[in-house]
Amino acid sequence: MTKSKDAEMLERLESAARTGGISKRDFLRYSVLAGLTASTATGLWSTKAKAQPKQGGTFRWGIHDGNTSDSHDPGTYLTRVMIFLAHTHRSYLTMIMGDGSLGPDLAESWEASADASEWTFKLTENATFHSGKKLTADDVIASLNHHRGEKTTSAAKALLTDVTDITKDGDYTVIVKLSGGNADFPWLMTDYHMAICPANDDGTIDWQSGDGTGPYKIDTGEFGVQFSLSRHDGWHGEGAYFDKVELITLNDPNARQTALVTGDVDAVSLIELKTMGLLQRNPNIKIHNIPSAGAITLPMFCDTAPFDNPDVRNALKLAMNRDDIIEKITFGAATKGNDFHHSPAQPYWPDDIPQREYDPDQAKSLLKKAGAEGLTVSLSTADSVYAGAVDMAVLYAEHAKAAGININVVREPNDGYYSDVWLKKPFCLVSWGARPTPDVMYTLAYKNDAAWNESHWKNPRFNELLLQAKAELDDTRRAEMYREMAMLARDDGGTIIPFFNNFVYANSTKVGTPEKLAASWENDGARAASRWWFES
Amino acid sequence: MGDILQLVLKRLGLGAITLLVVSILIFFAVELLPGDIAQAVLGQGATPETVAALREKLGLDQPAVIRYFHWLAGALTGDFGVSLVSGERVSAAISDRFVNTLFLATYAAVIAVPVSIVLGVIVALLRNTLFDRVANVLTLTSISSPEFFLGYILILYLAVKSNYFPAIASLSADMSFGDLLHRTFLPALTLVLVVTAHMMRMTRAAIINLLASPYIEMARLKGVPPWKVIVKHALPNAWAPIINVVALNLAYLITGVVLVEVVFVYPGVGQLLVDAVAKRDFPIVQACCLIFAATFILLNLAADVGAILTNPRLRHPK
Repeated sequence: MTKSKDAEMLERLESAARTGGISKRDFLRYSVLAGLTASTATGLWSTKAKAQPKQGGTFRWGIHDGNTSDSHDPGTYLTRVMIFLAHTHRSYLTMIMGDGSLGPDLAESWEASADASEWTFKLTENATFHSGKKLTADDVIASLNHHRGEKTTSAAKALLTDVTDITKDGDYTVIVKLSGGNADFPWLMTDYHMAICPANDDGTIDWQSGDGTGPYKIDTGEFGVQFSLSRHDGWHGEGAYFDKVELITLNDPNARQTALVTGDVDAVSLIELKTMGLLQRNPNIKIHNIPSAGAITLPMFCDTAPFDNPDVRNALKLAMNRDDIIEKITFGAATKGNDFHHSPAQPYWPDDIPQREYDPDQAKSLLKKAGAEGLTVSLSTADSVYAGAVDMAVLYAEHAKAAGININVVREPNDGYYSDVWLKKPFCLVSWGARPTPDVMYTLAYKNDAAWNESHWKNPRFNELLLQAKAELDDTRRAEMYREMAMLARDDGGTIIPFFNNFVYANSTKVGTPEKLAASWENDGARAASRWWFES
Repeated sequence: MGDILQLVLKRLGLGAITLLVVSILIFFAVELLPGDIAQAVLGQGATPETVAALREKLGLDQPAVIRYFHWLAGALTGDFGVSLVSGERVSAAISDRFVNTLFLATYAAVIAVPVSIVLGVIVALLRNTLFDRVANVLTLTSISSPEFFLGYILILYLAVKSNYFPAIASLSADMSFGDLLHRTFLPALTLVLVVTAHMMRMTRAAIINLLASPYIEMARLKGVPPWKVIVKHALPNAWAPIINVVALNLAYLITGVVLVEVVFVYPGVGQLLVDAVAKRDFPIVQACCLIFAATFILLNLAADVGAILTNPRLRHPK
């Protein structure tokens, strides 16, 4: 290697490290390979590569999924633009950090009673609304009550049905009483509906004004078009490096990607997987591919023949070549599923469960054992479930042929798929959005009496563990329970999970991002505006 | 002139009745759509209780006919109600968008109308020459391509590869007029390409048709130069069909540009209408459709009046 090449390589390493494209370990290894000593490389990492984020600039953020009929009412937040805006101009009690842990936002600390049925949140005393009013416990109580009660029109009502009472103890302490233990309650406070708004005197909230305690305040805005925000000097958190932020609704995938390429925006929230490879060649664009907790599932009715036999269910699980599906349908932008609905992006994920691989021979022998050789089943699907859902079902049918299973792919109409097919047909394809914790996910779709128990799976041990884990405050014991539940779902459950889909988004290399990006939403858990910065 | 005034008044009266019929059709078409606003707003989190609570809040628990007459009573006094989703006044929600749509339509028309009429006269003059053929092939190609495709081609060459113009036409309040023209040039150019062929070919056909008439032959025989034959003798008689096709295209520029708005992320009325239909936001849908219907009625009226004014035979009927 010549000297100039060394220098060039170091420069590239530095720039990769700055933008978060390379970890410290990799940086040190490549630096040593490039001819530096270990101690010089360590020094370089801390001085040059991870320089302090710079202040300033206008961050133009192109976001998919926005609508003219959006509103500031946290109870009816639905589109990505509103969710991202909420994380930019409002605050929550808690937030999901870059490493996936739960961190403080408006609540400095929180603790539970011994049975996890009463939670006490200590609020920060530094938070102010954009109007200048100080945040107090009354605002938090009114904001949570917005989703409770008979009259509420909030889509998040179901999340707070366990709450029996919310009281305050002084201006900066909020106490929430639950009807049963829930160790995950602080996690629920990160749900995008739980944004804190200023309270009115009558105990309702003023969501109409768009006021909040977030890092940026709204200067001008039009729903479904664009919002311009500037930094809120009284923000209680750390970060918010940009002077101004513009959230631009870019629903058309082509317009979004073109705007990023031409420099009309600095970051976008979604990249089309089909064109990801082409975009990757552009040296000015950095693509992030982040495993999420959203999943594709194939539930089978466990009380309907032939799926009432666990051997048949397992044969169908073994007859799927997940690697092939991930490569051909998601272009690599997915994390392999293992037939339990608990993603690596959620807390308590058990990392030591053996991966189920494609094994048509074992599937065949299981079918023989069940006396169901030459099995024929129908799989319902529609393209509105997931881009490429029908192709995926056809591909799976091909994989299953090797195990002697004949899968008829039934293409259902896109309209009304979730009212006419899901929960009605015994074997279909479903797309699930991310939920913050395994408890929320399992309670929603795997609990024996859940309305959305899509596989009709009723395993007594699983349900017993689910209730125990919900109120268990000891993390180690809780993780063990979730591990056992994962094993039960994987080996006895009625749901095939081919993959967890990744968030794939991109930004200009002018934008600096932290090494670890939160996986709760696209663009660093929807908090790019307060966590990212401009390099120069 | 009294005849024209009478015509205008009669047509305006008929137009008002048309609008009423349109409003009835729109209202019941929205009612026919599966699902309602409460479900659309609440999405997957809709439970029977929250849906019922929202319906009651919005007054959707009343029968459709009663809601229609409520709306009609308001509309007759100039109050078009509030958006069911955002609670914003319909007039406020639409006015900005409509100004944007009018601006883009005007921008495109200011370029397209003179260009296509001049081109139409020139190709009529040079008919069956190479220039005529090339102009016809190019304009017919552009009118035959879907407008989003034209938009993408323009973005590829004029925004991505050469960076002359921005790829998205997002507007901000503090823009200078020059900036505004620059930002919205690509969507305007797309619309120009879409409407030019129609107007140009109609001009060409109308003029060529007249060139076979005896009075044109007379003009030629007395030695008038070809361009003068067309501009002075043929064109005045060709105005009626040209004005008609121009009016038709102007109406299209206002009502039919949803795809261009989507491709260039331009905040016009078309996008608003699509969003409102998806959310079953009836007052907004109704107002948008009435604006579109009124646009057609007024432009058709203008075309007829224009045709009469440019034709002395119609101006002074026996």
